[in-house]
Amino acid sequence: MSETLLEVDSLDVRYGAIHALRGVSFEVKAGEIVTLIGSNGAGKSTLLRAISGLVRPSSGRILLRGADVTRFAPEAIVALGCSHVPEGRRIFANLTVLENLQMGAWAKRGREAQGLERAFALFPRLRERLTQAGGTLSGGEQQMLAIGRALMAEPAVLLLDEPSLGLAPLLVRQIFSIVREINAQGTTVVLVEQNAHQALGIASRAYVLETGALAISGLASDLARDPRVRRAYLGDESAE
Amino acid sequence: MSGASLARIGALLLALAALQWLAPLALNPYYVTILARIGIAITAAVSLQLVNGFTGQFSIGHAGFMALGAYSSAAFSVYLGAAVLDSLGGGGLVRLVYFPFPLICGGLVAALAGLVVAVPALRLRGDYLAIATLGAGEIIRIAILNIDAVGGARGFSLASSAYPSVDLRFDSLAGVYGVAVLTIAAIARLVYSGGGLAFRAVREDEIAAESLGVPTTRVKVEAFLVSSFFAGVAGALFAHTEGYIHTNSFSFVRSFELVAFVVLGGLGSLSGAVLAATVLTALPEVLRGLGEWRMILYSLLLITTMIVRPQGLLGQRELLPLPWSAHRGARRAGRGAA
Repeated sequence: MSETLLEVDSLDVRYGAIHALRGVSFEVKAGEIVTLIGSNGAGKSTLLRAISGLVRPSSGRILLRGADVTRFAPEAIVALGCSHVPEGRRIFANLTVLENLQMGAWAKRGREAQGLERAFALFPRLRERLTQAGGTLSGGEQQMLAIGRALMAEPAVLLLDEPSLGLAPLLVRQIFSIVREINAQGTTVVLVEQNAHQALGIASRAYVLETGALAISGLASDLARDPRVRRAYLGDESAE
Repeated sequence: MSGASLARIGALLLALAALQWLAPLALNPYYVTILARIGIAITAAVSLQLVNGFTGQFSIGHAGFMALGAYSSAAFSVYLGAAVLDSLGGGGLVRLVYFPFPLICGGLVAALAGLVVAVPALRLRGDYLAIATLGAGEIIRIAILNIDAVGGARGFSLASSAYPSVDLRFDSLAGVYGVAVLTIAAIARLVYSGGGLAFRAVREDEIAAESLGVPTTRVKVEAFLVSSFFAGVAGALFAHTEGYIHTNSFSFVRSFELVAFVVLGGLGSLSGAVLAATVLTALPEVLRGLGEWRMILYSLLLITTMIVRPQGLLGQRELLPLPWSAHRGARRAGRGAA
């Protein structure tokens, strides 16, 4: 039984009158890839944003490596080893690729060289683009940069929000295989995806979010066979 | 300190000395006054560039901080400095040692006000922040207008009634440009050092910066604090070179003028701010011969420039490689390797 790295306990998030998350509980063990799937507006991104401190939960608890980080500022959460690749990549468009990566090492200044080496090993393309402005990269390259940038902080847990968004199928496969490689190097991954097929393919466990609450959870391989999941998220009309 | 930087400092001092002694010989006092105003405009524009250009927070109340710097430094000189200068004899060296004090006083008061404004205002974004800063600038101006100890609506003369013989004016071009150079150096060092990347990251994408562990509120408040400090210094310089100040000089029109400097120069370029502050301060004087057509031409030039170069004269580039730009060095190294 490996150590529980991240634990979310009956989390509630409200945006004004909108109840975005209702009593969500889940846990992530060291070394896992856990995927959260669900349709638009199910609360997947909100859950990641709450974990990384970008939104304040109205109730519930978030434990990171045993420490209660529910009210922590984002910078404290990054320092504790949890990095977030936000939805839509959010590259610093007018900074160079190198500067983008350097910003990723903000919480780990002084360990920039190691981080750069790792990023270039995972994404050789970034090395070729080092002095180019981030905004001039292609969508796939921007996603690589966003992931590389988050890895610069040497996180124990990497939160990935829809890395496949808007990418061509070939690139999606490439990104997923890199996620698997990052995980094999010892980084625990929480993957939010709409591309349920690919996500369930690389994850060990999965949770399904529906309108702000957890609907189904289990081993990714079981969920991939679950008729409810097949019908709603894998486009299998014949599943019962 | 390396030989190259010693040489650079030597050249700078020589240039300042030349400005101090040659300019009044070669030019009539009118031009000397304009040169001084340009130096002050550069100081104020560069300070605003830190907030608007590098940190991406659109502040349009900068004249308020200049006003605070001007009035607090003037009050410092009139109520305290005059007595000190009188007792010390007021020789050249004494004056040289004295004048940094009112400037620092003006800067500190403005920085304190900057902090008071920044903490609530920087929770706002975009247009809302702009309006809040505009309001803050006007509040400061109107508050000063109602303080009788600094002249109120009559304006404030830098003359002490207790020590009428003491000259509190400081119309030294070397002083004005020395302060401008120090301001540029301080802000260049801040934004182009490794840690300065955080300012630009906040400008580019605040949420991404936050998710990477940048304490974005602290970064923004820091930018505002430093920026208002140097705006205060610019105001103090203005007060001491002009010898008389009135709140009319610090209305929102002045704030907009400063915004025009940074936008026209290029948001995110210190040399752009210097260039635009120089050109736009000199231009109305150059065009003076055109009479009433002057401001029309000035406006047309502004509009045309913004249509032709919406990114500003220099965009985000710098004219010279700034000696403190560590990351630019890295960028050059990267380019060499590629």
